[in-house]
Amino acid sequence: MGVAAIKEYSFESADRLENFHGNQLLYIGWDQHLLFCAPFCLPFPPSMRFGDIIDKVLPGVFGYHPDFAKVDWSKVEWLKSSQPWQPDFNKTLAELGLKHKDVLRFRTPGLTGIKGSAS
Amino acid sequence: MDMKVGKKKLGLKEKYQHMTRGLGWETTYQSMDDVFPFVKYEGIKIHDWDKWEDPFRLTMDAYWKYQAEKERKLYAIIDAYAQNNGHLNVTDARYLNAIKLFLNGISPLEYMAHRGFAMTGRQFPGVGARVACLMQSLDEIRHAQTQIHSLSNYNKYYNGFHDYRHMLERVWYLSVPRSFFDDAVTAGPFEFMVAIGFSFEYVLTNLLFVPFVSGAAYNGDMGTMTFGFSAQSDEARHMTLGLEVIKFVLEQDPDNLPIVQQWIDKWTWRGYRVLTLVGMMMDYMLPKRIMSWKEAWEVYFEENGGALFKDLARYGIRPPKWLDQIEQDKDHISHQAWATFYNYAAACNFHTWIPTDDELDWLSQKYPNSFDKYYRPRLEHWREEAKKGNRFYNKTLPMLCQTCQIPMIFTEPGDPTQICYREVDYKDNKYHFCSDGCKEIFEHEPEKYIQAWLPVHQIYQGNCFEEGVDPTAEGFDPLSAVLDYYHLAQGRDNLDFEGSEDQKNFEAWRGMATKNAA
Repeated sequence: MGVAAIKEYSFESADRLENFHGNQLLYIGWDQHLLFCAPFCLPFPPSMRFGDIIDKVLPGVFGYHPDFAKVDWSKVEWLKSSQPWQPDFNKTLAELGLKHKDVLRFRTPGLTGIKGSAS
Repeated sequence: MDMKVGKKKLGLKEKYQHMTRGLGWETTYQSMDDVFPFVKYEGIKIHDWDKWEDPFRLTMDAYWKYQAEKERKLYAIIDAYAQNNGHLNVTDARYLNAIKLFLNGISPLEYMAHRGFAMTGRQFPGVGARVACLMQSLDEIRHAQTQIHSLSNYNKYYNGFHDYRHMLERVWYLSVPRSFFDDAVTAGPFEFMVAIGFSFEYVLTNLLFVPFVSGAAYNGDMGTMTFGFSAQSDEARHMTLGLEVIKFVLEQDPDNLPIVQQWIDKWTWRGYRVLTLVGMMMDYMLPKRIMSWKEAWEVYFEENGGALFKDLARYGIRPPKWLDQIEQDKDHISHQAWATFYNYAAACNFHTWIPTDDELDWLSQKYPNSFDKYYRPRLEHWREEAKKGNRFYNKTLPMLCQTCQIPMIFTEPGDPTQICYREVDYKDNKYHFCSDGCKEIFEHEPEKYIQAWLPVHQIYQGNCFEEGVDPTAEGFDPLSAVLDYYHLAQGRDNLDFEGSEDQKNFEAWRGMATKNAA
């Protein structure tokens, strides 16, 4: 259903891809690690290699958590839009089919946050 | 000698009749539809505006008299408070942060309410409703003014109060209350009345004002308590107006029911989300607690609201949607919100801190089902790290909900360990939500919410730097550029309470008031 309006009411999305100067947004959340209060929003070029995000970006984002150093990336479970998903670390975001404003979650079985509190 | 004696003064009823209903007429030079262009498009059908009952029968001349009297009393106290350094009587300087949150986040909404009621009143062909909106519009600007005057007193001594107008349109967390009101004032006149007049003023206002005003009283802040009570004395009239609108609209035509019900669902949820800030204030920011957020919710919403909706059942209204989720959330949202501001304390105009041991115990006792299990370990870990000089400042921007604009901090109903993710594809774009409520509100009017000014996305689009700043320059520091844009001074307005200028000044000044110079 549209908006009740006195005349035609149609707008472009304020966050459409072309507004981000060549980047696309990718959201990344670490399940059961709520020391970080919310998932993150990050801008990347579509040519970004997925492995580079893991190696070069995520340590700065999640490194404060004592569990982060213990993450075994070969065993991490990924979800895209909450559905199981398998990344190839050598591919780029575009090659992996990741679109603007896609959301990824990762799960690290065995790591349950501060004192098992999912923090 | 016989003199013809003119009739004495008008009786109250006649006077009311002449000075309200008597002021309106059916226009003939212009059609009524042209004079009142917004009154039909929302689908609400009104057949007889004369059926509007004004419960107060207040005319403008009486209104001015009452309000002027209130103002005289209020300003006498505000002046005395300022002259006697009343700000040094608050429990401790952490309390000031609750006031920063309120005066920066809520007071500008009073001004928006003034604009909203002025616009709405203009659009109603019924004179009774129009006069009631006019008075509320004046009340709201009075509240905004008295709060700004109170703010200016605090601004002489403490940080974070210096630029509320500017910050409202820029600072990330202030987009939450701002977008709430923007959503309401850009709706039609009937939706505005249900949104603000009913859902906010009637259903939720006690949760805003009672904790805030009693909180001020408990914490020795007589200035705030006074303007709070002065505003509260208008609230009874506002609440009655809100209820009268609902009943009037529902009695006018059976087709109005589903439209009104959808608005009640939407605006109760929208208001509830904004009140997360109040929950956090009650549980974490008042050094002397009045009651927990959970207790306040149970008294003012579950009991009072429950009775209200029972009363409205005869009009066909059912309680708002998503109450089952809200019921589960009351153990969690205040803790989740405080964790958020603790995370992003570098980008705020107020300070955060880890509660003292006593306060942690109070939280454990008030939240036996959730605090020790989920939140205490998190806070204690942060405290340990801060002791080691490693205070957590989250520097990466969070994902936001497209509707309420709050970071995606809320957890799945029934699973406090899992962030709640919802998404919608609309016209080749993805949109994300914190909850079923926010998702459904979006789906009802997607064209409205795709325009949302989400602070995080705006920063990444390069729209949140001062003019002339080059984000591609070498050594560009985005956080510092954004703080400049917010008009926040790094190290003074933001960061932890511990070590803040406010903390030091308060201690020194209170020392001067209570001790002799060495």
